[in-house]
Amino acid sequence: MSVATITAFEPEVQWGPSARGRLGMYCLIAAEAAIFTIFVVAYLFYLGKSLSGPTPQQVLHVPVLFTICLLSSSLTIHLAVRSLRKAKIGAFARWWFLTLFLGATFLAGTAVEWRHLIYDEGLTIQTNLFGTTYYSLVGLHAFHVLMGLLALCTVWLFAMFGKVKSEHAERVDTLALYWHFVDTVWVVVFLVVYVIGR
Amino acid sequence: MATDLITWPETQEADATFRPFVDRLHEWVTTVDHKRLGVMYILYALVFLLIGGIEATIMRIQLSAAHKDFVSPQVFNRMFTMHGTTMIFFVAMPLVFGLANYLVPLMIGARDMAFPRLNAFSFWLTAFGGILLYFSLIGANGLYGAGNAPDVGWFAYAPLTSHTFSPGHSTDFWTLGLLVSGFGSIGTAINIIATILCMRCPGMTLGKMPLLVWLNLVMAGMVILAVSPLSAAQIMLLIDRYLGGHFFDTQAGGSATIWMHFFWIFGHPEVYVLVIPAFAIASEIIPVFSRKAIFGYPVMVAATVAIGFIGMSVWAHHMFTVGMSSNANTFFVLSTMAIAVPTGIKIFNWLATMWGGKVEFKSPMLFCAGFLFQFLVAGLTGIMLSAAPFDWQLGNSYFVVAHFHYVIVGGILFCLFAAFYYWYPKMTGRMYNEPLGKLHFWLFLIGFHLTFDFMHIPGLLGMPRRIYTYEPGRGWDSWNFIVTIGVVFQGLGILVFAANLIWSYFRGKVAGNDPWDAWTLEWSTNSPPPAYNFAAIPSVKSRRPLWDLKHPEDPDWKYE
Repeated sequence: MSVATITAFEPEVQWGPSARGRLGMYCLIAAEAAIFTIFVVAYLFYLGKSLSGPTPQQVLHVPVLFTICLLSSSLTIHLAVRSLRKAKIGAFARWWFLTLFLGATFLAGTAVEWRHLIYDEGLTIQTNLFGTTYYSLVGLHAFHVLMGLLALCTVWLFAMFGKVKSEHAERVDTLALYWHFVDTVWVVVFLVVYVIGR
Repeated sequence: MATDLITWPETQEADATFRPFVDRLHEWVTTVDHKRLGVMYILYALVFLLIGGIEATIMRIQLSAAHKDFVSPQVFNRMFTMHGTTMIFFVAMPLVFGLANYLVPLMIGARDMAFPRLNAFSFWLTAFGGILLYFSLIGANGLYGAGNAPDVGWFAYAPLTSHTFSPGHSTDFWTLGLLVSGFGSIGTAINIIATILCMRCPGMTLGKMPLLVWLNLVMAGMVILAVSPLSAAQIMLLIDRYLGGHFFDTQAGGSATIWMHFFWIFGHPEVYVLVIPAFAIASEIIPVFSRKAIFGYPVMVAATVAIGFIGMSVWAHHMFTVGMSSNANTFFVLSTMAIAVPTGIKIFNWLATMWGGKVEFKSPMLFCAGFLFQFLVAGLTGIMLSAAPFDWQLGNSYFVVAHFHYVIVGGILFCLFAAFYYWYPKMTGRMYNEPLGKLHFWLFLIGFHLTFDFMHIPGLLGMPRRIYTYEPGRGWDSWNFIVTIGVVFQGLGILVFAANLIWSYFRGKVAGNDPWDAWTLEWSTNSPPPAYNFAAIPSVKSRRPLWDLKHPEDPDWKYE
């Protein structure tokens, strides 16, 4: 970043009508965080309390590659929004598509992992407490990734038809905020399920 | 400055032109106007207030004497479940949200909420949640007319909600109804926060907002943090019931206690979600009818925020009888007792506001005075129950039922009645009938005290809640009879109230913009306000902008 671009410091949230979208998204994130907290608490509370196998140690493998995909999508969406702010529509569309691709890869990774757990290891949501809490927590997160991907797709389609301009940067950034949140939740879920719980 | 504030256009909106009923209905159903949505919330809540009241009456008739068989035990279980669920989720919450919706934008000088379409969406979610709950009456067993209502109690403890004990779909309707309306509540809370922080008129800093706005901000924050855990718990219950999960299945190592924690993490903050808007109403009405500015504005705000914080950490005082560790018991005893301190500060501030004022006992003020006294008593029995050993003796007894009805009816409902009378002229443009309002107050006051004062005593004598009948000769009979007599007075009071609202809508005398000589911005615009609220966006310099306007020689902003 060149020195010339740092001319004026703008506080992130200016309390006026233009900030309401951002503020609304922060509130939504607070509510979602509370929901995830309850699921994380349930997961930790029921660790090792299953009456039958399989246990996390036996069946879970750390999804390193897919985690890298999801976490790096936070960087790409940030670069996309920055390109949009500078009115570089082409770069925006490319970064945005890469974000979409990385998110979809992560979701596919979850699908492959679940297929392995269900068909090879015989772990379903009904098998034991581990199955119930694991599929609920990871599934709730995957559902949020899916919702995010649908929203990302919508913006991307608009971009393909040339409808996304630099004046939409604030709105697109609000969506990016949600995507960052989904990534942050994965950090927590990853730590709880694959590090602490294994 | 002064000319900016006054926004009374010369003529009322040309609203009298005839339009067919279908057109008007279409306007209301598709509206995104915060005032219409507010009115719809309130009307919707009043319908459910009648339904919930009828359910309570059925229970009281059944319990009025020993060995009565007015309803079967099964029906009695459904009645207390539906009464609790209805009153909390489909009466109190919509009333609170309706008032917030209507008043917050007007009080901060905005033209609408921050997200008008989200507002409409949230209302319809709440509305369909209520319909879903009552649809269980016909749909619970699969639409062949043999359905029934949920009967698991309003906090639906596991394992009552498992398939073994709740066959059919009645519990599913309960879960889905609460989940759907919960999403509606979260949407409205997000909207209220964004509105208050982003849509204030020029000059209205956080420190100059009316107290009602401040308190609703705290309420909305609590909704976001409290209703979300309930939604999470309901999702877990749905996973258990539909996908065969084991969250609350003790047979598979699951825990029934963790449902209690998840429910009360919502359940206790919910009490503050409801009572803080009641405080908000009292904080607006008491100053106007004492002709004095509120005493200790910054302390009121600080006390409310303190209640908001402490209120999130007291939930397990509902669970002393479950058998928690002594550390947990001690923590929740102390946090529960601590919350009495900011609450006491508020009561003293209201009293100090009245002290030395020219108190006018019109209907809104009468209800607020009743609130002050009754809420104090409710708080005192609350402190009694917060001591774990006392709670071990009286947990799940009628003493507890009497305590929380003292809070919800004596505190919250009295304030909501005060709000109805205070803002009725603003919402309809007509004055209510004052003698009928006073009659409502006295009938309801007598009924309230007959019912809920005397309900403490059978509780102390060992009568458990949720029993459908009892043996004669335990000393409970005459107390229960008196409690039921109180219901008659309360019912009469509600009828007078409804008659007053309807009669005054058509025949009440025209109210004008500012019938109470009040000080907040909603009284500066028309009654009822036009769709755009203010012809010109006002700008304010103090907490009482209309006082400044009416008294240019001695404005508030010189002293604040």
